[in-house]
Amino acid sequence: MDQKTTNILVAGVGGQGVILASDIMSEVFMEAGYDVKKSEVHGMAMRGGIVTSHFRFGKKVYSPLIKEGEADILFAFEQLEGLRWVNHLRPDGKIVMNDHKINPPAVNLGEMEYPKAIPEKIKSKLKDFYLVKGSEIALQLGDARAANVVLLGAISKFFEVNEDLWLKTILDVLPPKVHDLNRKAFFAGRDQISVS
Amino acid sequence: MKKILSGNEAIARGAFEAGVKVAAAYPGTPSTEILETISKEYKDIYSEWSPNEKVALEVTYGASMAGARSLACMKHVGVNVAADPFMTLSYVGVNGGLVLLTADDPELYSSQNEQDNRNYAKFAKVPMFEPSDSQEAKDFIKLAFEVSERFDTPVMVRSVTRISHAKGIVELQDPVIPPVPIGIKKDTAKYTMLPSYARVRHVVIEERLLKLKEFAEEFPGNRIEINDPHIGIISAGISYQYAKEVFPNHSYLKLGMVWPLPKRLIGEFFKKVKKVYIVEELDPFLEENIRAMGFKPKGGKNLFSMCGELNPFLVEKGMLKKKIKSFKPLFKETLPPRPPNLCPGCPHRGVFHVLKKLKVFASGDIGCYTLGAYPPLNVINSNICMGSSIGGAHGMAKALGEQGKGKIVGVIGDSTFLHAGVHPLMDVGYNRSYATIIILDNRTTGMTGQQEHPATGYTIKGEKAHRIDFIELGHALGIENPRKVNPWNLEETEQVIKEELEKDEPSLVVSEGPCTLLRRAFKKYNKPLQVDSTKCVGCKTCVNLGCPAISYQLVEGEMAVTADGKKRKGIAYIEPGLCPGCHVCYQVCKLGAIKSQEDKPIFGFETV
Repeated sequence: MDQKTTNILVAGVGGQGVILASDIMSEVFMEAGYDVKKSEVHGMAMRGGIVTSHFRFGKKVYSPLIKEGEADILFAFEQLEGLRWVNHLRPDGKIVMNDHKINPPAVNLGEMEYPKAIPEKIKSKLKDFYLVKGSEIALQLGDARAANVVLLGAISKFFEVNEDLWLKTILDVLPPKVHDLNRKAFFAGRDQISVS
Repeated sequence: MKKILSGNEAIARGAFEAGVKVAAAYPGTPSTEILETISKEYKDIYSEWSPNEKVALEVTYGASMAGARSLACMKHVGVNVAADPFMTLSYVGVNGGLVLLTADDPELYSSQNEQDNRNYAKFAKVPMFEPSDSQEAKDFIKLAFEVSERFDTPVMVRSVTRISHAKGIVELQDPVIPPVPIGIKKDTAKYTMLPSYARVRHVVIEERLLKLKEFAEEFPGNRIEINDPHIGIISAGISYQYAKEVFPNHSYLKLGMVWPLPKRLIGEFFKKVKKVYIVEELDPFLEENIRAMGFKPKGGKNLFSMCGELNPFLVEKGMLKKKIKSFKPLFKETLPPRPPNLCPGCPHRGVFHVLKKLKVFASGDIGCYTLGAYPPLNVINSNICMGSSIGGAHGMAKALGEQGKGKIVGVIGDSTFLHAGVHPLMDVGYNRSYATIIILDNRTTGMTGQQEHPATGYTIKGEKAHRIDFIELGHALGIENPRKVNPWNLEETEQVIKEELEKDEPSLVVSEGPCTLLRRAFKKYNKPLQVDSTKCVGCKTCVNLGCPAISYQLVEGEMAVTADGKKRKGIAYIEPGLCPGCHVCYQVCKLGAIKSQEDKPIFGFETV
């Protein structure tokens, strides 16, 4: 086993399933034999605010928080939140970002603009960048709420953990009537990433 | 068997494994999920949402006298509410073990202050354990019950947001059978704090504290880890994990018990390592007490802030002082913030729109509706603690006299009102205040994620319960003519509030609109509203309701003119996926540019 701890920062907006996604990752990596810790803030963030979850796995994990500038992967469920948290990434870090925008209040009120061309901007400085059509694919499959599972499918491609373990863990937390949809969502997500 | 548990789930598991029989709480971030987990997973434990933390603690006090292991859970400021019984509970001690779990909120993620409740342990002269992860959260709860019975004392266990809401791997065990039998045991001199008996008990608790100090010396959760003997860190709780993360090779004195402190063990650590630092969040609690013992740490609060949460970066920065190069951000542009806000269709929005129009002073309270202080609503003008809206409004009215007539409103939620608003409303009725009190009855405890309370009609386990009627209660407290309004009907809401403001007598308005997220209260939601893009002039009246479903979008060219030739820079847009169809925006649009998709407009919802 790799001695080093892997740090994944998951960021999005309340209601996008950020916490469920990081819960699933925790289960997957515990089953795969790692020590895991994760941390997030509930409470007021439920009301359309920012949601971040710090997820860490390794041989022995102490802090449930990732040190600023030491995230190995930024897993962003929304573009603006991707840009907001990109500073927490290591210079050689990886970004997996949902190609989706949710306006914050200041943009809705017409007081500020939603930043333009976020994917291009990030890509100009960080090469290890993957844009995933999570929300679009989920909508095509019939339920926008499955976007987090599409994204989990995408990120799963970067780890040497069996895809069956990912899928089983995902389906275990979801009601049977949405299993078919989420199985499709997971594999559609995996198809978004081609790792050489 | 091992399982991933949050700190709160681990605390609940610890209660189960300790054989707890009674658990009581009032919801409060970050403690809420403890009782939720107990009520869902460990059904043999009697669990309840009490009206407030004082009651919750008194319930556990009673259960303890009857021999049961009992647990009271609350957020840090909840301990202030429970402080009255707690300070004297320390004198009477326990029969069955009793634990008060305090969940502090450094960084104020969802709180009104960031008080450090370690001070309460010293103040009340009781032991306090402080877990540093989920495993210890479970272990320390179990241990706390044993210590409680062994030393005849209530025990505090302190969590913080980063323990309660962080997850880690926990080894599960089977529940134990507690040693104390259940039954009525009279011991009047121990349990009745008349001055003559209390004087005797005070001596007992001072002796108890000495015994606890001896226990702290031997307790394996207070441990020395010698690595590099040059630098040693004394730490506890989550701060220990941060320090361990960045300085794995330093030596540690890890304290699992933060009160009383083990003087000999601390002395031993000072002997074994050259330079000792104290790493702790918020107050210099360990530092002051260790310095008072005569030890001289090399650093403590001179290196770390008293304010906010620590993290690995701040611990490293504090310890190394200037030796660390500061973190360079990749992008420096100012991004639009994303503060929490009232949900689309929220019943509070209609009331706030009216209060803004009437230009009143709104004395606010604790709950989702405190968000009404933010732009664009800018309605709530004050808030300190649970229930303070009513006493605050009453006091202002008395001070202002004629000058404040028709201008003072107290705004409070249903759950908050039942927690700490009944007494101040009694005062309004008794001492005749003209302040208008508005109960925003959304039929749930909204901010913490929808918990039951005595006016929802259900218990924590979903059993039917008596449902308090706010109008009847208002009458009983001396309000002659309490009124109800439908908060989604702006004309009605404005009319009623205006009339009540004009009265020179105690007045109460109950806004009856369930939380839009409380599915069971709604027969159905309405069809989303639509903006008529031929009519909208982009005046932003609807946008300024602060509804997340409504946005202002810039337009150019052909779109920059309305059908009847008025120029415009932008138009409103309603996101159909977010809009539940409350029709408040429909009512504020003077141009008729917002269209209902119902057969005829519905002001609000068909509720159950």
